[in-house]
Amino acid sequence: MNALAGTGTLVRLALRRDRVMLPAWVAVFVASAASSASATVALYPSVQSRVHASMAINDIPALVALYGRVYDPSSLGAVAMLKLSGFGAALVAVLAILIVVRHTRAEEESGRLELLGATVVGRGAALTAALVVAVGTNLVLGGLTALGLIGAGLPAAGSIAFGLAWAGVGTAFAAVAAATAQVTRSARSATGFASAVLGLVYLLRAIGDTSGARGPGWLSWLSPIGWGQQVRPYAGDRWWVLLLPLAFTVALAAGAYAGVARRDLGAGLLADAPGRAGAGAGLRSPLALAWRLHRAALLGWGAAFVVLGGVFGTIASNIGGLLDSPQARAFMAKLGGEKGVTDAFLAAELGIIGVVASVYGVQAAMRLRTEETAQRVDPLLAAAVGRTRWALGHITVAFGGTAALLVVAGLAAGVAHAARTGDAGQVGRVLAGALVQIPAAWVLSAIVVAAFGLAPRAVAIGWAALVVFLLLGELGQLLRLRQWVMDLSPFAHVPKLPGDQLTAAPMLWLLGIAALLTVVGLVGLRRRDIG
Amino acid sequence: MTTAISVAGLDKSFGRTRALDGLDLTVHTGEVHGFLGPNGSGKTTTIRILLGLLRADAGSMRLLDGDPWRDATALHRRLAYLPGDVTLWPSLTGGEVIDLLGRLRGGLDPARRASLIERFELDPTKRGRAYSKGNRQKVALVAALASDVELLILDEPTAGLDPLMEAVFRECIVEERRQGRTVLLSSHVLAEVEALCDRVSIIRQGRTVETGTLAELRHLTRTSISAELAGPADGLLELSGVHDVQIDGARVRCHVDGAQLDEVLRRLTSVGVLSLVSQPPTLEELFLRHYAHDEATA
Repeated sequence: MNALAGTGTLVRLALRRDRVMLPAWVAVFVASAASSASATVALYPSVQSRVHASMAINDIPALVALYGRVYDPSSLGAVAMLKLSGFGAALVAVLAILIVVRHTRAEEESGRLELLGATVVGRGAALTAALVVAVGTNLVLGGLTALGLIGAGLPAAGSIAFGLAWAGVGTAFAAVAAATAQVTRSARSATGFASAVLGLVYLLRAIGDTSGARGPGWLSWLSPIGWGQQVRPYAGDRWWVLLLPLAFTVALAAGAYAGVARRDLGAGLLADAPGRAGAGAGLRSPLALAWRLHRAALLGWGAAFVVLGGVFGTIASNIGGLLDSPQARAFMAKLGGEKGVTDAFLAAELGIIGVVASVYGVQAAMRLRTEETAQRVDPLLAAAVGRTRWALGHITVAFGGTAALLVVAGLAAGVAHAARTGDAGQVGRVLAGALVQIPAAWVLSAIVVAAFGLAPRAVAIGWAALVVFLLLGELGQLLRLRQWVMDLSPFAHVPKLPGDQLTAAPMLWLLGIAALLTVVGLVGLRRRDIG
Repeated sequence: MTTAISVAGLDKSFGRTRALDGLDLTVHTGEVHGFLGPNGSGKTTTIRILLGLLRADAGSMRLLDGDPWRDATALHRRLAYLPGDVTLWPSLTGGEVIDLLGRLRGGLDPARRASLIERFELDPTKRGRAYSKGNRQKVALVAALASDVELLILDEPTAGLDPLMEAVFRECIVEERRQGRTVLLSSHVLAEVEALCDRVSIIRQGRTVETGTLAELRHLTRTSISAELAGPADGLLELSGVHDVQIDGARVRCHVDGAQLDEVLRRLTSVGVLSLVSQPPTLEELFLRHYAHDEATA
């Protein structure tokens, strides 16, 4: 049988299933890009003001690490799209990963692919359909983004280059996800594996971009995110760089097809060893089960947070001496760092770590719903386990895991910073800056818990809230949103430690809100139907 | 006689779909009760309400002298449940799942666990994701049967099992009954219900249409009779309650309503009977009659 038979039908099926999700994501991306562009046009009307802003960014390694470089300080587009060329591209990659895993490994794991596989559907059809949908979405996304940027007043060639750079990053990560979906057995680990690759290549380009003339600048060229930025939209428009994601995609997709052709349906490349014939003495409560289910993922996250904290701590120490330009100092003053430029940066970086930790928290809390829809909760609740006790198992791991990740990242950043500065007292200061993120990150998990209890089909609202809060934090000032709108984000209320004054009130408020949302969710869960 | 489950007038709707529409169900303590109905008739919904997973819209119910919704946790120490659709945690082994569920229910008998694993030929060291459907079913069965409880609620317990394992399952249920346990067994496999159950409830479209012992239910339906008589049978069986009469000289075949059985036999013996075969209705016929009725009225 033709390995691709039925691909067209599967593509239509995927589009039918994602008919709300895909347009919504694309709309958010296009709107973010276009509104960033038009806001920047208003913010920096003169060439001189743009050069000032660009120099300020390029001189500060921590900002370069976070976002990338402005390759043409006089170019409006290059300044305007800096943030979105880095972390915006990473979000495009997340979308591509979600699409591909959702239509390959997730379908296979649920057994639905087997149902389809028995009809006239070829072995490679599901993978092909997923790639067609993901690549198609990225091309549409890139095209509409380019139109949006042109509409916002940026040059046409650069806008097209920017759109294609985004599409290139997305396509490359569609291929990464296609490969990880072959290697692992579960959709969860396929997504986790692909996300880890994303984190790694983001870090590669951060190190590459911040390295000096004799440093490992080539590291940026190992990163699909770096390729997207090296297209240099509005700053030379180097079209040939787009060949890199293309070649990368073809190579990884070929590997994925080889995997599909070789392995059994439902199997991964990594085989299972036999496990224990009976449960260990500890596995006797819903909390113990939750810990067992979350353990592997949390350890992976923990390792990533150690690296992230260490890199941020190291980069932050470079700042003080490098702040030569007055523009950079002015920029720093604007960021609100009064006691020291370095402190302000540590605080900003720990803020990013806080948001990333809440990604873990949301994902861990969503496990409640996964367990329910997979009907794995039924035998537990049919044993002598109350609903609240069961839910508290996962909630404890979600909250505790989020806190543990922030402790680990804070310690790693603090130790790295202390080692560079030779001041052991920095460990405690940096750790405190990580700890104050905990209440805000908990609010995100609590939103998921509340949705789970009241409107279980809408738990994805946790992701929506996270994206909105992230965009409010990153783009809110640029878009000149009202203060109360920006204050909707829990992260807006986190004291900027180290450096800032530690005030208890906002933290207590955040803790109270998290507790309230959790209780609301638990009460809702007690009253509703399961399933 | 005490009742383990008593349900009356149970209603449950999901949005506009009415899943249960005044369902009644009584299960006596110590009996094996068959719970029959076509797909989508409300069997699983009833069971999930009895387990406190769903909340009934209306109706009264008692489970082991408690309220299934309010006293769920306490009641669940005294019962074991086998879901109709068994899904296991992909990373936990079968043995771990059996132990975990047993412990959460308040303990399980290690000797019984070992003997059930052996009888069902289950490999407890495999991970949840590696089991076939039948083997997942075995994991859940061992977990349910190994615990020392008063009531077993089994939702299509033999789905996915091969005939050998079905036989093992039947032996286990017979043993459970001998030990005085109550079993509610929802099933499509009529032979299984006939072999195991003391009483049966048949439901369709969320309503109980028939309940009683198999003997009582059979009484309501037709017995098939074929006989060879000593003389011609012409006109002998022109009676209401006698159906599908075929007469071929001295040979007679017909289906007889329970109430007319006595009269038919009297008439046959008045002519003289050389041979007689009578077959009670099977549960399948019973079921099909209700099902066919269902389609006729639909």
